[in-house]
Parts: sequence; structure tokens; C-alpha cells
Amino acid sequence: MELGFYLSGLVAVLATVGLISGSSPVHAVVYLIVSLIAVALVFFALGAPFAGALEIIVYAGAIMVLFVFVVMMLNLRPEAKRDPLWLRPGYWLGPSLLALVLLVALVALISDGQAGMTIDGELITARDIGLTLFGPWLIVVELAAILLLAALVTASHVGRRNKPRGNRNRGGTR
Amino acid sequence: MTGIPMEHGLILAVILFSLGLAGLMLRRSMLFVLMSLEVMLNAAALAFVVGSTAWNQPEGQAMFLLVITLAAAEASVGLALMIQLYQRFRSLELHEVSRMRG
Repeated sequence: MELGFYLSGLVAVLATVGLISGSSPVHAVVYLIVSLIAVALVFFALGAPFAGALEIIVYAGAIMVLFVFVVMMLNLRPEAKRDPLWLRPGYWLGPSLLALVLLVALVALISDGQAGMTIDGELITARDIGLTLFGPWLIVVELAAILLLAALVTASHVGRRNKPRGNRNRGGTR
Repeated sequence: MTGIPMEHGLILAVILFSLGLAGLMLRRSMLFVLMSLEVMLNAAALAFVVGSTAWNQPEGQAMFLLVITLAAAEASVGLALMIQLYQRFRSLELHEVSRMRG
């Protein structure tokens, strides 16, 4: 369990580094899928198999397939045409320093808290989560449903294909 | 070896979150910005699951389900916006859009 946790965490961090430093969109999508599956393995190692299965099914299965479809539909190429702007040190130094300062602050805060709790890998089954969700948290489930409906309407409205410019003023009955 | 300290799980979540934040700030392509946002949401979900397993309570994983719902909604709207951006500007670079000054 411990070995699985640390190895999967290492794989997740390395895959995320590969994601943010690569230039090919398809490679970045594959790196992100590897990172998500590694986080799902972390969930399995922590004793949350329902969350791990959901991570694989919903994140790596549904959301990343959406990303792959869009990359394929737009036929994106690697940004190799010009000198990549973000490879210059003056460009990536500032954001990296900011993120590093945030990382150091958060790690100091966490290690200063002395929670002293250990995760012993006791299973939390899907039954417990379902009883929580459809018992006291029912209103939150309905709010999530409203959010998904709003996202569906927004995506289908925003993502529609524009009419060609010549046809826009022709045959206007409005 | 008697279990994983909770701090290690939280530190893993913090490292993933910082990497996502760095990617969000230093990439200019909208596809990479959206993927960095996914990484950050995923790190927040990891922190919820770590808390849930440390206290042996299922509420954290219910919250994880809601984070996944939010990530799905964000990805669908963001990808629709990205398709629209590509149709108008023939590019995904975000600095192309900065000529729009309201």
C-alpha cells in the first residue's frame, strides 16, 4: 500500500511535469491521461476504490476523450514553427518562482500543523458514499444536476458552428 | 510500515496543484491552459479524498464526486469556447485575443 502510494504519486508528478513542459498537444493529452490514472492508483492505495474507479471512468474515460476529440477535430500541430516564447528563461522564471513560493508556503503550513493522522487503508465502500449522497446531501446532488444541465446548454450554444459570412445577411426574414 | 501519514497525501496534492498553477501561468495555448485547470481541480479532489480516508468518513468522497461534476462542466464549456476561438482566429494562442479591448 505504501509502495503503491509513493510510486503512483511520483508517476503523477512526473507526468504533470511532462504535460506543462511539452509542446505537442497530443503528447500533452496522453501525459494528462497518465497523470490522472496515476492519481486513481493513489486513490486505490489510500483505500478509496470507489473514488479511484470514478476517476478512471469519468476523468480518464470521458473528459479526456473529449479533449482528444477536440485536438483531433482542430488538427492541432506542435508549436514548432517559431521560437517558443515560453522556453526563454525570462519568461518562465516568474511563474515558476510564484508557484514555487506557493508550494513552499503550503508545505510549511501542512508540516507545521502536526495533525499526526495516518491513513491505514481502511476501505470506504460505495454503499457509504451512496448513503451520504442520497441521504443528508440530496440537495447537493440536485444542485450538481442543475450545474450539468447549465453546462450542457452552454456548451451546445457556444460550440455551434458559425454561419458563413456571406449567408448571414441573405434571406433575412427577421 | 504502518500506514501513510496524512501530510504526505496532502503534500502530493499541493505539488500537483503548484504544477498546474505554473502551467496555467506560463503556457499561452488555450488547450494547455484548460489542461492545467484540470490538473488543479484534480489536485483539489485528491486533497478531499486524502481527508476522507484519514478520518474514515465518506463525506470527502461525496465531495470528490461534486468536484468531478464541476470538472466535467468546466471542460465542456471550455472546449466549446476553444472551438469558437479557433473558428474566429484560426489559432489557440491567447494573446491573439488580447486585441479585444471591450
